[in-house]
Amino acid sequence: MKMSMKPSLPVGIVGYGAYVPRYRLPATEIARLWRGGQDNAKLPVKQKSLPGPDEDTITMSIEAAHNALKRAEVDPALIRSVWAGSESHPYAVKPSSTIVAQALGIAPHTTAADFEFACKAGTEAMQAALGFAGSGMAQYALAIAMDTAQGRPGDALEYTAAAGGAAFIVGPAKDAVAILEGSFSYTTDTPDFFRRSYQKYPEHGNRFTGEPAYFHHISNSVSILMEDLGLTPKDFASAVFHQPNTKFPKKVASQLGFTSAQIHTGLLAPVIGNTYAGASPLGFTAVLDAAKPGDRLLLASFGSGAGSDAFSFVVTDKIEGIRDRAPSTSDYVERSVEVDYATYARWRKKIRHH
Amino acid sequence: MREVAIVGIGQTPVEEHWDISLRELAAKAVLNAMDDAGAEDVDALYVGNMLSGILTNQENLGALIAECVGLSGIEAVKIEAACGSAAAAFRQAVLGVASGMIDSAVAVGVEKLTEMSGRATTHGLATASDGDYEMAIGLSFVAINALLMRRYMHEYGWEKNDFAPFVINAHRNAAHNPNAMFQNQINQEQYNLAKVVADPINLLDSSPIGDGAAAVLVVPAEDADKYDGQVITVAACEIGTDTIALDNREDPLWLKGVERSTAKAFRTAGVRHQDIDLFEVHDAFSIITALSLEACGFAEKGQALRMANDESIGLKGKLPLTTMGGLKGRGHPVGATGLYQIVEAATQLRGDAPDALQIDAPNCVMAQNIGGSGANVITSILKRRD
Amino acid sequence: MDIPRSWRLRNQRYLLEGNACTSCDKKHFPPVLVCSECKSRDLRPFTFSGKGKLYSYSTVYQAPGQFEAFVPYIVALVDLEEGPRITTQLTDISPDEVRIGMPVEKVIRKISEEGERGLILYGYKFRPPVD
Repeated sequence: MKMSMKPSLPVGIVGYGAYVPRYRLPATEIARLWRGGQDNAKLPVKQKSLPGPDEDTITMSIEAAHNALKRAEVDPALIRSVWAGSESHPYAVKPSSTIVAQALGIAPHTTAADFEFACKAGTEAMQAALGFAGSGMAQYALAIAMDTAQGRPGDALEYTAAAGGAAFIVGPAKDAVAILEGSFSYTTDTPDFFRRSYQKYPEHGNRFTGEPAYFHHISNSVSILMEDLGLTPKDFASAVFHQPNTKFPKKVASQLGFTSAQIHTGLLAPVIGNTYAGASPLGFTAVLDAAKPGDRLLLASFGSGAGSDAFSFVVTDKIEGIRDRAPSTSDYVERSVEVDYATYARWRKKIRHH
Repeated sequence: MREVAIVGIGQTPVEEHWDISLRELAAKAVLNAMDDAGAEDVDALYVGNMLSGILTNQENLGALIAECVGLSGIEAVKIEAACGSAAAAFRQAVLGVASGMIDSAVAVGVEKLTEMSGRATTHGLATASDGDYEMAIGLSFVAINALLMRRYMHEYGWEKNDFAPFVINAHRNAAHNPNAMFQNQINQEQYNLAKVVADPINLLDSSPIGDGAAAVLVVPAEDADKYDGQVITVAACEIGTDTIALDNREDPLWLKGVERSTAKAFRTAGVRHQDIDLFEVHDAFSIITALSLEACGFAEKGQALRMANDESIGLKGKLPLTTMGGLKGRGHPVGATGLYQIVEAATQLRGDAPDALQIDAPNCVMAQNIGGSGANVITSILKRRD
Repeated sequence: MDIPRSWRLRNQRYLLEGNACTSCDKKHFPPVLVCSECKSRDLRPFTFSGKGKLYSYSTVYQAPGQFEAFVPYIVALVDLEEGPRITTQLTDISPDEVRIGMPVEKVIRKISEEGERGLILYGYKFRPPVD
């Protein structure tokens, strides 16, 4: 019995866009403040991206989706869903997605909703959009993966909790730059990381977030998908795994049989940190920026709680034509300005102004 | 139309009047003006004020102030044109008397800016700009003027410290005016070191806010001799407007409202530039002094800073500016400022200015009050009675 | 900011929706009821590209209340490609990087927050183009 999922109509990505804010907090700044510089030799990332004081998941989603629209050259009024996956929606009640829909000229003839599943809220939205377009209910659907993640000051997560993400417009395969071959999700009740209502910072299970959570779920989603599609790691030009740090995606790739060359392009965590729901989708945009027609691409997210969504796409020859219509992922990654811990603390409201 | 004359003037010092309410301030100025004229009654009261609603939770100032001065029952309304409110109230008084519909009117400008926090005041002042397209997106009133100053420096190649003489002149004059908020002189170095509010505007480029009230009593010129006060002729009081937001102006560095208002006033008064013996310019910011001098026609476009020296604008200069300290030195109680200017201009014509400030026998003086960044401009020309 | 006011203006703030005169084709932002050029009252909606050049700017150090959290921030006048000049904030730029005449593009950013409980207001700001 086939377990992987594929919609009845052939669909794919017709436009994609990335966004990473301009600012970076070097990991050494955090180590200096909280560890007396002790961790400097084994920091989980070099630096993390940081939103400016006027940015949040909504503004960042608008820019990524705007880039996706520019690449797709689709009339915004034809988009029938705006689905925004994040664990940092600015409102507890009031959808981010309605603001995104209005700001991009997609509203009012659309559905809109916010997705939440820790770090895989974004791939949830992508999967739903692929299904929505693939069922024929919508010609085009917009899925967004974006976060402005927060780690408790001094916590290990503070080194990596970063900001950024991606947006994808899903539509008919004939217009697509990457056609979906199949997707598979693997989900269990595994409380490796959570944040209760009204709490500002999450709790996590330290080493428990590794084996039983990250590695178990991604290994299963990816190996079942590959088996179902009759593929092996060698069939993929590139693979992107959820990247909470530099180590985990490298390790899971190697366990599954992927080479470091296959994951290199999509591994952004070392230079921007963990963008949570944005992480693997953003890595995927970097891969699309570099992909050649015919390339097969793997995308595998991980969300605490826990689950993993895996996707296999095949790149079409349309990719060359649309790539330069919007800034590339590396344009955003490279326009970096370092800030110090005090600026970070002020902007992220870790010190209060009133 | 009847010729109109000022027969009474009154003012309170501009300062932080912690112990005096808005109504008392206004009443003092009105009563001073009426006492000066020896008048016991007037037909109408026009109250110029900008922020009483926002900062003192009090509107309907016409009836309120009339009651406070024992004139309950007369025609009395508030007139609002942002920082130009007081001169707009003066215009109303002049119109009423000139038309023959009333035979005497007091125009009083009053503002109480210290009632609430500085934050509330900054917010209040910003309401002079475009609420939806300037204020709501983070532009303070100072910032709007800073945009003008930056562009002016860029376009004409002036340095920031080229503006200093306007400020130094205003402070030097204020030091001799007992009603002025600032009694201290300043120098170029202090100007250069002043704290930046909205780059390039620093604290010394900006007029200080304060509390105060000033009033005049106007009557038909033919009745003027029935009053005690020395008579001053109102040769013109004219209003010109421009768009409220800077961005909608073809050339933000050309204050069309100033040009229009000045041209009308000169025409009405039958005067030319060389007839003006002193100019109470609306020096809310140094850049506004420069742009006003240009749009008035006293300087070429982009060249007003060539006048920034004693020979041009000092008390013995060709066109003395801000002879009692201006907004910069006397202080800027926004909705009262226009009437301070008129009271000061009248004082100069009467020869009653403090000795150190008295211009030698002026015949014709000009006062210009601006609401917003050049949006609402009221130009008054007063003359010594022949 | 009052909720109805920001709601009413949302398409202007998000999309730079202004209007264009059907008789003389002058473009307006914000939209006008009467064309300032030819006095025509016949105007059609017009959405601006969001590309422009910097006309002037100022770094604000003393801000109105709800903007204090952003100090210092930069305000500007930008000449839009299609004609009108617009008042805006600049973002993603520090004061020493700004110069008159530089190209800028529209982005959507947080404009202000009504405290911790109130509405978050979003709208246009301008910044140097990314690529």
